[in-house]
Amino acid sequence: MIQALAFYMFALITIASAVMVISAKNPVHSVLFLILAFFNSAGLFVLLGAEFLAMILVVVYVGAVAVLFIFVVMMLDINFVELRQGFLQYLPLGGIIGLVLALELVVIVAGSAVPGEAIKGGLFPIPAADATTNTRALGELIYTHYIFLFQASGMILLVAMIGAIVLTHRTRKGVRKQKISEQVARSPENTIEVVQVETGKGI
Amino acid sequence: MADIPNIVPALPELFLGLSILALLMFGVFHKTGTAALDAKTARLVSFLSVITLLLALLLAFTLSGPRLLTFENMFISDTFAVYCKVLVLIGSAFAIVLSQGFIERHNMARFEYPILIVFATLGMMLMISANDLIALYIGLEMQSLSLYVIAAYQRDDTRSTEAGLKYFVLGAVASGMLLYGSSLIYGFTGTTNFDLLAEHFHSLHGEANIGVIFGIVFILAGLAFKVSAVPFHMWTPDVYEGAPTPVTAFFAVAPKIAALALFIRVMIGPFGDLVADWQQIVVFISIASMILGAFAAINQRNIKRMMAYSSIGHVGYALIGLATGTEAGVKGMLIYLAIYLVMNVGAFACILCMRRGDTMVENISDLSGLGKTHPMMALGMGIFMFSMAGIPPLAGFFGKLYIFMAAINSGLYGLAIIGVLASVVGAFYYIRIVQVVYFEEPDEVLNKPISLDLALVMTATGLAVTFFFVYPKPVLDAAASAAKALFAG
Repeated sequence: MIQALAFYMFALITIASAVMVISAKNPVHSVLFLILAFFNSAGLFVLLGAEFLAMILVVVYVGAVAVLFIFVVMMLDINFVELRQGFLQYLPLGGIIGLVLALELVVIVAGSAVPGEAIKGGLFPIPAADATTNTRALGELIYTHYIFLFQASGMILLVAMIGAIVLTHRTRKGVRKQKISEQVARSPENTIEVVQVETGKGI
Repeated sequence: MADIPNIVPALPELFLGLSILALLMFGVFHKTGTAALDAKTARLVSFLSVITLLLALLLAFTLSGPRLLTFENMFISDTFAVYCKVLVLIGSAFAIVLSQGFIERHNMARFEYPILIVFATLGMMLMISANDLIALYIGLEMQSLSLYVIAAYQRDDTRSTEAGLKYFVLGAVASGMLLYGSSLIYGFTGTTNFDLLAEHFHSLHGEANIGVIFGIVFILAGLAFKVSAVPFHMWTPDVYEGAPTPVTAFFAVAPKIAALALFIRVMIGPFGDLVADWQQIVVFISIASMILGAFAAINQRNIKRMMAYSSIGHVGYALIGLATGTEAGVKGMLIYLAIYLVMNVGAFACILCMRRGDTMVENISDLSGLGKTHPMMALGMGIFMFSMAGIPPLAGFFGKLYIFMAAINSGLYGLAIIGVLASVVGAFYYIRIVQVVYFEEPDEVLNKPISLDLALVMTATGLAVTFFFVYPKPVLDAAASAAKALFAG
């Protein structure tokens, strides 16, 4: 009972804040609602018994991504009102396309039940809840069974990094850099000049 | 404690991956600062990249033979994979060689360029060796992400950045479709592994759940985008025209071969028993690509755009082989891909020679009178165009021959007839270039002499295309054993 109530609370707030993300006038409010949506999704994960995912969601999405969003929103001078002008204009068409897709999905699911034995054919069936913990199960999947995919994904991230540098990095002229070797190599003789100043006169 | 996976089947990939890291370090720590120093680093890294690709080629060769699975059956190495990897590695190595002069002249000479090409090649090899839907996606993304960056590499040129952005946005949509299809298939079968999927469908005797069919359609759409088959071809002319010319040469060759290899692997491997369900889609895609490739190219003035439509047409012909769903069809397709590789490398070597002063020229009319001013380059252009049109005894003819024979042998007469008719229409625009080259008066002369590396590439590919009919056995045998390995698995 309490679980059901908690589920409906989290789910309703998630959906409501998701709607606010795309309809709020102020982009900073959008990001704040996004954070609210993340927190409530984390709550849903906890209800499902996936506590590791819930914490990751909070740490990664709220901690890093959402903060990054706020930076981007505040730093970039984008006129969000202008961007959103087409929103209502395309709503009917987009809505119809979404509806058609949803109907098709209903047709698929209704027209054919998933064969039960097919689901058992999974490569890594879900282990019993008391046999292992979430974190351990995820770790085994990512670092043992899927090590190839994990490493390959790492290479993809490297490509993304190189790409970002290649496409945006420029060497600027006139940047003052600290050159430590030059500083250390300086000796007092060529930097300090001792001047005898007569009293009452300037240099 | 889990066993350490057997890394031998993935040796070429591991070698490439580690070499990329080493090359990256080399490039970063090499002396930079001025344009001349940057160009020097870029030249060194390019040179090393070509050597890396050739060494990977040798490693790949040593793996030809038995079917090897590793990394929890997610990675496969068989003769089919080796054949396609060899083609892709050759294509990428040629692309780096062709690029060298261009990137130095156009202020693109930074060492990341060859590294990104090697990265894309690594992605392609992972695609070819994928034996799992997730592995397929990872390989595809690694390749695509590198290609988006290379397309926009000339970042001060609006056309290049536009090409990169267009490619990125549309490519992301295609990846989305592919992922959605994969998720449907996983949901309805409970596995992403190709072998298990094949077993599952085999046990159902080709009677698949409608959800699975939906999934296959989405995967087909995603893959058709990556090979730029109609109706998912819209990006191709714009990206080919906008991207720097050597990048276009690379796009036209290696990624296309890799994506077609992946197409074959996915359709024949896990979904081989569902041939009746996907055959009609492939037939449609093939016919539409051939016809659009033939007719849309006629009106093009820009030679890169024309080559884009030409490549759409070639994908159409190649897909005939897949549409048959037979071993002979796949064999024909593999032969076609090998010949397509050589023809395109040669043709783009010619296009890269089209310079006047400091600027590249890209219009077909700029080639006028080439026969008088550059007799050898004109001869090369003539050979490649005649070969693409499929005129015997040049190599392009044999490519089409094996494909059409396979189609006729499996009873797809309509497809074969449309293919022949489309190649007649296609011959018009290929031969028009020959006409411009030999029978029109030159207005302004292109730069002379052409650079040595391009001339060498042109000569080598020209000879290969012309004298393929003398000794075609190695290619035919390799393609036959590759197709056999695919169907035996």
